[in-house]
Amino acid sequence: MDLSYTPEEEDFRARLREWLAKVLPGLPPKPAPDDWPGRRAYDLGWQRMLYDAGYAGLHWPVDAGGRGASPTQHLIFLEETERAGAPYVGAGFVGLLHAGPTIAAEGTPGQRARWLPPILRGEEVWCQGFSEPEAGSDLASLRTRAWRDGDDYVVSGSKIWTSHAEVADWCELLVRTDPGAPKHRGITWLAMPMDAPGVTVRPLRTLAGPAEFAEVFLDEVRVPVAHRVGEENDGWRVTMVTLSFERGTAFVGEVVACRRLLGELARAARRNGHWDDPVLRRRLGRLNAEFRALWRLTQWNVSEAERGRGVPGVGGSVFKLRYSHARQELYDAAADVLGAAALDLDSPWVLDRLSSLSYTIAAGTSQIQRNIVAERILGLPKGR
Amino acid sequence: MRFQLTDDQRALRDGVRQLLARRFGPEELRAAVAAPGALDRALWRELGEAGFFALRLPEADGGVGLGLPEAVLAFEEAGRVLLPGPLVATHLAAGTVAGAATGETVVTAVDGALVEWLAEADVVRGDAAGAVPMRSLDPLTPLHRLPGREKAGRWWEGARPSGPGEGVRPSGAGEAGGGTDPVAVLLTAAEQLGTAARVCELAVQHARAREQFGRPVGAFQAVQHLCADMLVRAETARAAVYAAAVTADPVDIAAARLLADEAAVRGTRDCLQVHGGMGFTWESEVHLHLKRAWTRSHRGGGVTESEELLAADLTAGTG
Repeated sequence: MDLSYTPEEEDFRARLREWLAKVLPGLPPKPAPDDWPGRRAYDLGWQRMLYDAGYAGLHWPVDAGGRGASPTQHLIFLEETERAGAPYVGAGFVGLLHAGPTIAAEGTPGQRARWLPPILRGEEVWCQGFSEPEAGSDLASLRTRAWRDGDDYVVSGSKIWTSHAEVADWCELLVRTDPGAPKHRGITWLAMPMDAPGVTVRPLRTLAGPAEFAEVFLDEVRVPVAHRVGEENDGWRVTMVTLSFERGTAFVGEVVACRRLLGELARAARRNGHWDDPVLRRRLGRLNAEFRALWRLTQWNVSEAERGRGVPGVGGSVFKLRYSHARQELYDAAADVLGAAALDLDSPWVLDRLSSLSYTIAAGTSQIQRNIVAERILGLPKGR
Repeated sequence: MRFQLTDDQRALRDGVRQLLARRFGPEELRAAVAAPGALDRALWRELGEAGFFALRLPEADGGVGLGLPEAVLAFEEAGRVLLPGPLVATHLAAGTVAGAATGETVVTAVDGALVEWLAEADVVRGDAAGAVPMRSLDPLTPLHRLPGREKAGRWWEGARPSGPGEGVRPSGAGEAGGGTDPVAVLLTAAEQLGTAARVCELAVQHARAREQFGRPVGAFQAVQHLCADMLVRAETARAAVYAAAVTADPVDIAAARLLADEAAVRGTRDCLQVHGGMGFTWESEVHLHLKRAWTRSHRGGGVTESEELLAADLTAGTG
């Protein structure tokens, strides 16, 4: 058991820190939350800066244009960028963390050459066309149909909860190509251009206010067969290859952010007198334990991935269950510290508190995660 | 960063597990419950020979020369099997009290208002004058109490000496602010972690085997979710306990203690729930785990102290 970093890792951290200190002060101001074109430009601009500095696709394989960094280096990158207040991956999320790695792992040389460089250079935005109104946590029951017509697939159906759909260039789309096959077997993975005729995007207003997601309606959209990644009807496997890919590090920045927020909250409580309330003070102390432990769990999972045990699937569900609830508890405690400001939509905490309500739902609800833990980790019999 | 067990650490953990399986299995546990208050001296010496108490003592002083991570792994195993005795106090006394390292001498310590195993101990660290025996909740941990000492030595009351027991508390490494020894707090957390992991296994075993309504109860989502939450708490606590063993930072130790207490106490209650009516019987092993987890949670460095320490850390500019 060792929590120290190698000289190479420390050197990597030092150089990254130095670079961040140099470039961050020159960044343009952050766009408003509902300014989607502005957010796209801002996020892609940041990605371009990472690319030029040699930090783009840090954890991607070298033959896909990435840096082939170790999980620990990726952990350091996420830790330091968050600590320095650097922009989030934002609109680049799906391209960099999911569609890109999927194409890198399963695409043809031509597909890799077409799609990977623009993701790394911050030129194209991807969105994720997985969930449907009738297929949320039960993703494999998706119904969007695609049938062959010459060199094209013709796609009809609809997708929902599609982040960044309004400003995306491409959609990683799961479609049903064989309705007669068992539900996991008849699915195909397509790269769909968002400007294709028949694609309609409708922003979806959420309880957090500004449109966070969109619905995407597909009316006989033609997608070239050449845009299929993997074999026809093999899309479920193609997706699963990369779906747990990021589990070890997906929340690194967020845990670092929570530890910073908790410190801010304690200082706010000191200023407004709530710190003298032992119940609230100890509640913040417990949250400190929580996020320290979640940070250690992250280090444990990353270290386990580095030992070459392959995809870190086990730690992912355990971590997500605990983290999603802890973050919601953090905002509940914040509301008690802030008092009246907790109801002021102009307070930065409030929008984050509302957004955090999705954490126990998105990417598999807490209930689905518990089923995964019980059945796949603990080996309990399959239930219904 | 290699935050995983080394091969040597795995071997050590497996060795302790095998020793305890051989010397303190289910039969010995039953026998110990049937004869409460008696410490198995032969087992204590065997633990000493195996290096359990001398684990962190330098080799030059006849110890094993290992560190806190190894001690934590050994205490986790002790927690798993409900090993009785003043393990933490004797371990901390190795190198200071003659015979402690080898298991020849049984050492206990005053901890706040309580003393574990006072009647069986050869040496008591701290002022146990006025101690009166009580009927202990935990059949495997005889207790004495010290009237009027309920608040002695709690760190948040300041660094000032705060009671007659002060200064004669267990003296391990890193005595902080005149309060409880952080190493004692960490080793208690390790025992709680062992309990949390063990009761999760017991619940899963039962949920696979026990059938109701024509299928194993583990196929019911309500039972699955109890078990999943037990694992999540145990694994979160594990990361915190192991990390605290590496850093030996009192704030990390406080976090580890909080999460390990929670994992042990809530895990054991959930385990009892999964066992249903059988879990409520004396024959079931579950109540022994719950009673021990409750007893350990009363040791120094408990919930309130740890929460206050962690809160203070937030405004110290290092949170």
